[in-house]
This record gives sequence, C-alpha cells and structure tokens, in this order.
Amino acid sequence: MSALVALSGVSKSFAGVRVLKDVDFDVRPGEVHALLGENGAGKSTLIKIIAGVHAPDSGTIRVGDEVLKAVTPRDAARGGIATVYQELLLFPELTVAENVFLGHAPRTGLGTLDWQAMRRTARQLLDELDSPDLDVDAKVGTLSVANRQRIEIAKALSQNATMLIMDEPTAALADADVRRLMAVVKRLRNRGVGIVYVSHKLPEIFEIADRVTVLRDGALIGTRPIAEVSEASLVAMMVGREIDHLFPKPEPKIGETILKVEGLTYGSRVRGVSFELRRGEILGLAGLVGAGRTELALTLFGITPATAGTIEIDGRPVAIASPRQARSLGIAYVPEDRGLQGLVKPMTVAENTSMAALGKITRGIFIDFRAEAKRALLSIKQLGIRTRGPAQVVGQLSGGNQQKVVLGKWLEIAPRILIMDEPTRGIDVGAKAEIHALMGRLAQEGLAILMISSELPEVLGMSDRVLVMHGGRLVTTLDRSEANPETVGAAMAGASHSDVAA
Amino acid sequence: MTESTEFRAHRSGPARCVSAYGQEIVIACALVALFVVVSAINPRFLGANNVNTIVSGNAYIAVAAIGMSMIIITGHIDVSVGALIGVLATISGTLAVSGYPVWVAWTLPILIGAAINGVVGALVAYGRLPSIVVTLGMLSILRGGLVFVTGGAWINNLPPSFQLAQARLLGVPVPIWFMLVLTIAAFLWMRNTAFGRSLYAIGGNAEAARAAGIPVERRIVQVFMIHGAFAGIATMLFATQLKIIQSTVPPNLELTIITASVIGGVSILGGTGTVIGSTLAAVLFAAIGSAMIFVNVSAYWLRAVIGLLILVTVLVDMARRNREFRGSQR
Repeated sequence: MSALVALSGVSKSFAGVRVLKDVDFDVRPGEVHALLGENGAGKSTLIKIIAGVHAPDSGTIRVGDEVLKAVTPRDAARGGIATVYQELLLFPELTVAENVFLGHAPRTGLGTLDWQAMRRTARQLLDELDSPDLDVDAKVGTLSVANRQRIEIAKALSQNATMLIMDEPTAALADADVRRLMAVVKRLRNRGVGIVYVSHKLPEIFEIADRVTVLRDGALIGTRPIAEVSEASLVAMMVGREIDHLFPKPEPKIGETILKVEGLTYGSRVRGVSFELRRGEILGLAGLVGAGRTELALTLFGITPATAGTIEIDGRPVAIASPRQARSLGIAYVPEDRGLQGLVKPMTVAENTSMAALGKITRGIFIDFRAEAKRALLSIKQLGIRTRGPAQVVGQLSGGNQQKVVLGKWLEIAPRILIMDEPTRGIDVGAKAEIHALMGRLAQEGLAILMISSELPEVLGMSDRVLVMHGGRLVTTLDRSEANPETVGAAMAGASHSDVAA
Repeated sequence: MTESTEFRAHRSGPARCVSAYGQEIVIACALVALFVVVSAINPRFLGANNVNTIVSGNAYIAVAAIGMSMIIITGHIDVSVGALIGVLATISGTLAVSGYPVWVAWTLPILIGAAINGVVGALVAYGRLPSIVVTLGMLSILRGGLVFVTGGAWINNLPPSFQLAQARLLGVPVPIWFMLVLTIAAFLWMRNTAFGRSLYAIGGNAEAARAAGIPVERRIVQVFMIHGAFAGIATMLFATQLKIIQSTVPPNLELTIITASVIGGVSILGGTGTVIGSTLAAVLFAAIGSAMIFVNVSAYWLRAVIGLLILVTVLVDMARRNREFRGSQR
C-alpha cells in the first residue's frame, strides 16, 4: 500500500543551527509509526513540518499523490493530516461538541449552526472512541486531561483525518488512562488511520508500534520494523555509540564518603533511591527523560523536600527542608534551567555571583561593593567568563557564559557537594569543553560532584561512576570501567514491559 | 573591553550612572525644566512659599511611595494603601482628641499599619494569593470599615500641638525633612544592604532567589510590614495638615502613589528601580498640578497629563527591556 505521507531528504535550520539533516520518513495507512529521540533530536520539528507549521529548507514531501516543497496547513487539512499536540488546544469555556466542531460546524439551510447535527455527530465520534461516558454538553474546562485528549482525537476524526500525529500523548496520563488510549490508538489503526506516535516511553512503543524511526541530533539513525529491535538497541540508537574524546579527565583523587543517601523518596517521582558520593568524585546520573533524575536533585537540594528516606553528610544524619538549609550544609545546585532557577537576569554579573554568599562581603549591615566587584572579577577570571565586566547585566551574556555565572555563584559558597543538572545543555562546543575541564579541576580539589546528563558521551567521559535511573528508581550503579553505551543504555531502558503494563 | 576600564566604570563614572539611574535623571530634568518654563511665564511660581507649599503638601505621597516602590521592586503591588492611610488618619485623630499624648497619636498608626500589612504579606507569601487580589479585598474592608465606624463624621477639635505638618525645622516644613531623610535612608538601605538586595533578587526571579538561599516568604512579609510602616508615617504627615480629619482620603490616592513609583522608574514587572525616582515623581506631580494653576490651565487636565506620563514611562520601560533581551540573543 502506498504511503499517506512521505518525506525525502528533508532538512531544516533555525537561526543557522541545523535541526534536521536530510531525513526520510513515511507513514502508511493502518500503521503506528513511532518516532523516537532524546530532547533536541528534531522530533518536534519533523512533525511540525508534516503538519504544515514549519516549511523545510530542502527536500520534498509527498502527501497522497501530490509532491510538495512544503506543506501548508491547508494542504495538511486536505490530505487528512491532524495533530494532537502535547499541550491541548481546546477552549475550556466551550462544550465538548463545540470544541469538536470548532471552525467546521455543520450548518442548517439558513446558515446558522446546526446544533442537532453537531451534538449527534459528536456523540457518534466519542462512542467510536470508546467514550460513551463523555457528555457532549459538558464544558471542556471541567474534564480530565485524558478526556480532553479524546476530544482532540474526536476533533481530528470529525475532519476525516486519515493520518494522526500524536506528540507524547501519554506524558500527562495516569496508568489506567494510558491503557485506554492504547486501545483507542489500536482501534484507529484497524480502521486504516496512519499514526505517528512520538514518545519517550519504550514499553508503550513495543506495545503498539509497527515501525520505529530514531532521530539523533537532527539526523535519521534508522527506521526499523518493531520486531527487529530491542529496548537496548533502541536506546543505543537514540544516544549514539561514539564517545568523543573531548573529555579531559584528570586522574581522580577519590576520598572518603561525604554524602550517603538511603531510601530517598519524593512522592512517586523519586522512589527509594540509595547511593554514596565521595570527595573528589564525579558521579554521573543517567536516565531517559522522566526517569526522576532532576527530581532527585531537587529533593537533595531541598526544593522538593524528601517524603521518606535518610540523608547523611559526613556520617551525620541531616534534614534538608529548604535550599537555605542545603546551602548551609555546603550543597550547591546548578539547575537544568538557568533562566528559571539559576539567574536573576536583570541583575549584574557581580550581583548574581554574590547572591548565595552575600554574608561573606557584608560589613555590618552594608554590602562592601568593592569586595563584591573584586570577587566577581576573580570568578570571571577563574571561570573564563566572557563579559564586559562585573557590572554587565547577565541577561546580555551568551548561554555558556550565563552557565558559568551560575557555577561561579555556587563556588562562592565554597561548596563540598556540587549538583550539576545538564551542565552543558544548550551551550556551544567550546564553552562545553571549558566547563568539562573546570569540573575535572574542581573534583581534583576535593569537590564531590553529582552530574545529571542526558548526553551519554558526557556521562561516560566525565564520570568516575555512573548511576542509572528509570521510573524514579535507581536501576544500577556502574564503575567507570564497566560503563559503556551498551550497559548504560540497557539500564536506561529499565526493567521493562512489566513496569508500564502494571 | 578590558577589565580595568570596566572596574572603574563599576565604581562610578557618568556612563554607569546614566544606565543605572536613567529614569531618575529624566524626572529630575523634567522637574527643572518645568520650574524654568513656568516661572518664566509666571515668576511667582518660583517663590519660596509656593515651592514649600507644593512639596510640603505632597510629601506624604512621596513617603507612601517609598514603601510602594519596595513592594513593586519585590514583584508585588498594593492597591489598598489609600484606604489604609484613611483608616490610620482616623485612628490618629481619634487618639489625639481622646487625650492621648500627641506622640502616641503620631506613632501608633505606624505600628498598626505595619501589623495590618503584615497580615496582607502573610496571605501573599504563605497563602500564595496574588497580591492584587489580597489588597483589593483589603481595600474594600478598610474603606467599608471606616465608613461604618465613623459614620462619615469628621474629627474636629484637634489639639494645636497635633499639627506636625505645620511645624518647621530650620525654616523648612517638617514634612519636607521627613521626605528627604526617609528617601535617602531607604535608598541606601535598598542599595547597600543584603536585605535590599534580596528584594531586588526576589522581584527579578523569585525561584532563583529561593534557590540561592534567600528566605523569600519571610522577606515578602517583612517588606509588606515596612510598607505599612511607611503608610503610617505618611499618615502622620497627611492627618496633621489641617485642623480637621475627614473620613475620606483624596480620590485615587493609591493610584497616585503607585503612579509615583512607576513613573519614578520602578518597573511594574519587579526587580528594578529606586526610591529616589518615586520621590522625584511625587514632587513632579505636585509641581505639575500647581503649575497648571499658575499658567491658567484647568486643573482637570492634571489627571490626563499624569495618565500620559504613565503610558510613556511604561512604553520606555518595555523598550529598555526589549533592548536588553535582544542583547542577550547575541
């Protein structure tokens, strides 16, 4: 059977950065085609090109029998392509039926809305989706996420969609709703609808996909029938095998245990995690998106205090209920999202640098501006921050330099434990190497570093040991000598099918 | 640029001054220009008496705007301050006519203001309610409560010693002294202490401030209490101007105070601005109002002129932020 949509040689750049490179992709009627890749791999861009949101820079797209340079939203509608985005585009104050038919409501002979037909057809569509319990007159704002998603699907079907793109449809769903959604997807497939299914959850993919395509850094890694792949091989495809040798790791001088965590739990996000961190050690924390790594960091740092478990520092049990307490215990946290938790952008480099350690430069009740500028200058020099000086507003610096300011801020408190969440995300290669070199140096000076990273080469290149999380649990701990793309990849894929089916 | 030039620029330097205090300088220039132009048309405008009257009569607005600026810098707002001043004035007057020493009548409202706003701050910080909602509620409670208690009656027979606003020190009206001293003290406090710095940090990015170990909730309660105390001091200057205390305050008093802060350069989005700007802006409004009388323009235009100033200021603020944002994209 010929494909509903076929992309060939599609490339796309944003602001000079290539996010898709020469990608081929097709969807056939009656199949579920899973699209996989880590954050930033290009999945969203690919589906937006199919949906007509972005135009590719090169390559062609065949929709039905037409070969196009770019899909317009109108082409997409004519070709029966509909998309259910992660953030649902519904109007909370309108009813279910109104949302389903928004923009293409049936009309009466007089040109007014045909409410009868609208409600009747909406009812039919929802029944087909196995949702007889959904009231077509209910306001959408009162419904659960799972129900709203079904309305989005009904909306797609009401426009006679033959192809449905689903962007991480289960990200916000509870287990029972996930199973119900799976049933709906299978039903649609049996009716001949082609489905593009984007997800990070491997067990789901093994349950419903017919074929799977993996993207990495914008390049097509491969398209395979599901029977030919395993979870471990998919993870290896997603994160890549080559470790580049950019990681200048000095010989570690590992000392005594400084942090000991036992059964650490935060709701269902972090479940009974236990590990030890030693002086001078870089402990890598790997896992897929949603594995609970950042949540673990937030719990250790007191932003989301632990609901169970114990934390010991230097053998003494401690309670960490706020970042303030974490700070006084010598714990520093360089967050994943610099803009959100790291920097106060309207403030200067000096003001940001001194923020966590103002006590050190205060004489009486007054801040010693001269001492503040001096320390900021030292930090600028040590970390190689490219800025006009301590008085420059941080919002004006590049991403890599902003990251260094956040790091500089935490080094001011002379921390003993440094948690770095995705330390090099979104920064250029040069700054990346500098941050890696700096981490190596800090560890040599005796700092204990817990590094969360989604980049396998970074994890393998920098870590003395690697912890791997999956579904909020610690799956395994690997020594540097045992850690390689296969072992880490297999652990990242987690225990498996049983986990999600449960 | 080399480090040494920048280091110098950080300490002082006109360039740094203009970039850091741009709005304050603009307002000061506008004030000077206004005096020059209006006194050229009508020389009596510049008379010492007129200047004293303009500034002294509106000093309470500048004082209340100091507290308001701190609140806005922290990323919050208080629309109930006008009503609060009305309530505190009545309390102050009642104490004075009931035979309490005048210093009690002057200072007790300061403590009461701090206490009332402490409750507001707690609701905002720990109850996680938006400050505009809490203070709108407080506005109605205070305004309604005042009318209910006083029945709209004015307070007469105030002892002459109560008239603090009429007193002079070294020939200058007392309210002007309060305005100057409090503005300078608050400016230094905001700029040079860890406390002041933490307010700017919270207004700039509360999450980052919390992650850096700043006790965000406690600071919010504290800044609301300080703001309440400034409202109490403003009351002391407002209530002691005349021999009577009405059970109402000038219409839109809270808006006038908020406007002084915003026009003075305090970003409505939080995180930037100084109290010097708000004081200058408060004086500017008073001067514009008086100037209109001196050049024979209907005073009804005052609101419109101030409204125009607000729009221009906010547009300039947005433009400046956009420029900084674009700068970050390099």
